[in-house]
Amino acid sequence: MSKELVNAIAEMKEQEALELAKEMVDGGSDPMEIMGAARDAMGIVGERYEEGTYFLPELILSGVMLNQIAEMVKPKLAEAVEVERHGKVVVGTVEGDIHDIGKDIVVFMLDVNGFDVLDLGIDVPPQKFVEAIKDFEPQVVGLSGFLTLAFDSMKDTVDAIKKAGLRDKVRIMIGGGQISDEIRKHAGADAYGADAMAGVSLAKEWIGVK
Amino acid sequence: MGKEWGELSADEKQEALFQRWLAPKDPEGNDLKFQSPEAEKGYKERITRIKDAIQLKKRPDRVPVMPLPSMFPAYYSGMTVEEVMYDYDKCYAAWKKFVLDFDPDGHMGCAAPGPGKFYEILDYKLYAWPGHGVAPEHPYQCLEGEYMKADEYDALIQDPSAFFSNVYLPRVFGALEPFQMLPMLPGILEMYGVAFNFIPYGLPPVQGALNSLMEAGGEALKWVGAVGGFDGEMATLGYPNILAGFTKAPFDAIADTLRGTKGAMLDLYRQPDKLLEAMEAITPLMIKLGVGAAMMNGKPIIFIPLHKGADGFLSDEQFKTFYWPTLRKVMMGLIEAGCIPFPAAEGGYNDRLEVIKDLPKGKTLWMFDQTDMANAKKILGDTVCMLGNVPLDLLSVGTPAQVKDYVKELTGTAGKGGGFILSNGAFFDDIKAENLKAMMEAGREYGAYS
Repeated sequence: MSKELVNAIAEMKEQEALELAKEMVDGGSDPMEIMGAARDAMGIVGERYEEGTYFLPELILSGVMLNQIAEMVKPKLAEAVEVERHGKVVVGTVEGDIHDIGKDIVVFMLDVNGFDVLDLGIDVPPQKFVEAIKDFEPQVVGLSGFLTLAFDSMKDTVDAIKKAGLRDKVRIMIGGGQISDEIRKHAGADAYGADAMAGVSLAKEWIGVK
Repeated sequence: MGKEWGELSADEKQEALFQRWLAPKDPEGNDLKFQSPEAEKGYKERITRIKDAIQLKKRPDRVPVMPLPSMFPAYYSGMTVEEVMYDYDKCYAAWKKFVLDFDPDGHMGCAAPGPGKFYEILDYKLYAWPGHGVAPEHPYQCLEGEYMKADEYDALIQDPSAFFSNVYLPRVFGALEPFQMLPMLPGILEMYGVAFNFIPYGLPPVQGALNSLMEAGGEALKWVGAVGGFDGEMATLGYPNILAGFTKAPFDAIADTLRGTKGAMLDLYRQPDKLLEAMEAITPLMIKLGVGAAMMNGKPIIFIPLHKGADGFLSDEQFKTFYWPTLRKVMMGLIEAGCIPFPAAEGGYNDRLEVIKDLPKGKTLWMFDQTDMANAKKILGDTVCMLGNVPLDLLSVGTPAQVKDYVKELTGTAGKGGGFILSNGAFFDDIKAENLKAMMEAGREYGAYS
C-alpha cells in the first residue's frame, strides 16, 4: 500500500493520497513506513521539477499533502522521524526583501534532496544569519532576494558573516529573480544559482554528496 | 463630420487615440501650451517614434529609449521611499528631475509611490510600505495572502463587483472592515423593504468606516492636487507619459492579490473549473478597467504587469490552459477598443514565445526581462513590438562600458528593422545613475536607423 501512496502523491492525486494514508494509519501500519512513502514521493516530485515536467503548482500541492499526512501520522509516532541528512543548509530572504516564492522552492528542493534545512524566512537581517550559523552550524548558507535592494543586503550579510569570523566555516550561495554572477562578485558570495536545481547541486558539491 | 466612436474600426480607434495623445489638452480643455516650439516638436516626435515602433508599419527614426523605473527617482534625488510617499511635493520634484536629467522618449508619471498617508488612514493590509513593515529606504512590497478564500469562487463568479466591494475591500482595508455589513443592491428595486437596506449605514462601525473613507478621499485629493499636474507639465516640456492606465491578466488578478500564489496554485488542482470560470467572469472587468482608462486619458497604451505565468511558474500545458486564454481575451478586448496592451513579462518568457505569438500584428508592446531577445525577435519580430531588456544586475553593479556593450548588441539584434524600444528588463530601484546614463547614450547612438 505504501507504493500506492507514493504514486498517489507523486501523481498529484490528493484525495486518493489522503484516503490511502488514513487507511494505513487506521490499519495500524508503521508510521515510519507511511512517512517514508511520503518522503519517497516528494523525492519523485523533486526529480520531476528538475526535469521540467513539474512546476510551482505541483511543489505547492505535494508540500500540502505531505503536511496533511504528517498531521495524520503524528499521534501514532513515538518519536520524531529521524531521516539521515547529508548536511545542513541555512536559507533566508535577505534584509528588506519580503519575497518568498523562490526561496521556498529552494528550501523544498534542498529538503527533498536530503539536506537539513533551516529556513530563516524573509527580511532576515545579517545578524540573524550570523546567529544561525553559530547555533545551527550549517556548511552552506543560501541567500535569496528578488529586488535590487537585495544586491546590497546580500553584500551586507556576507560582510557580517566575515566580521563575525565565520566566513571560512560556510560556503555561501545566492539566488533570486535578478541575481547573476555579477551580483555574486559584488556580494562576495561563493556561487550563484540560476534556479533551485543549481542550489541543490552547489550544496551537494560543497558538502561532498555523490 | 466623422463617425461615432462606436462605428470606428479597431484600427481607426487606435489612430484616434494616438491623435488625441498627439494633441494634448490643458485641464480646462484648451490646447496645451508647450513651453517652447522645440518642446512641442520633441513631444510629437517622441510619440511618433513610439507609435512607429509599436505599429510595425514603418521604421522609426531611431529606437525609442525609455527607462522605466520603480522607486529609482527617489534614490537618485537622495530621498527615501518614505519621503516620496508622504511628501507629495518631493515626489513630484524627484520624478521631474529624473525625466529632465535622463531625457527619455516617454515616462510613466509620478503616481507610483502613491499617498502614504492615504494607506495609513485606511489601514491598508495588502502591502508593506516604509514605516509599515519595511524600512524608510525600501520600496513597498505586496503581502501575499488569501484575501479571497477557497470557497468563495461562486461569490466572485456570480457578482464580481459585489465581491470586490462587499468582501474584498473590507479585507484589504482594515478601516473599511464594517463594510462587510453592507447590503447587496438588488434589494433596492422596490419601495417595499427598501429601507432595510440602509440600516447598516446607521450603525456606528459603518459610520466610522464612512468617516475613514471620506478622510481617505480627502487625502487622495490632496495627493492628486500635488502630483496631478505632473504629466501636463512634462508634456509642456516635451515628454509624454506613455501610460493611459493598467489592467491585469485574470490569472494574476487571482494569484497575486485575491487567492495568493499558494491558493491559486492549489486551486489549479483542487478546483480547476472554478478557477477557469472565475477568470472568465473577471475578464470583462479587466477589459473595462483598461479601456475606461484609455478613454479617460485619451491615449492607447495599457500596462499589464505579468507575474505568475513566467518560465518556471507553470508548465506549458498549464500556461496554455490557465494563463494565456483569458490574458489573450483581455488583450483582444483592449485591441478591439483601440488600445495597445503593454504586458510586462518579468522573469523569463522563453518557453512562452510561440504561444503568445497568437496576436494581431502591430497592436501590442511586450516588455521582456530575462528573455533571449534574439530568439524573441525571431519568433515575435513580425508580430509585436518588444521593449527591454537591459538587466538590473548590470545596471546595479556593472560599469557604463559594460552597459554600452550590452545596448550595442541588443539594439543590433532586437532593434533590427524597428519594432523595439530600449529599456530596462524589470522595474528598478537603487541602481547606478551613470549606468542608466550610459544606457540612454548608447541607445541613441546605436539605435539610430540610417
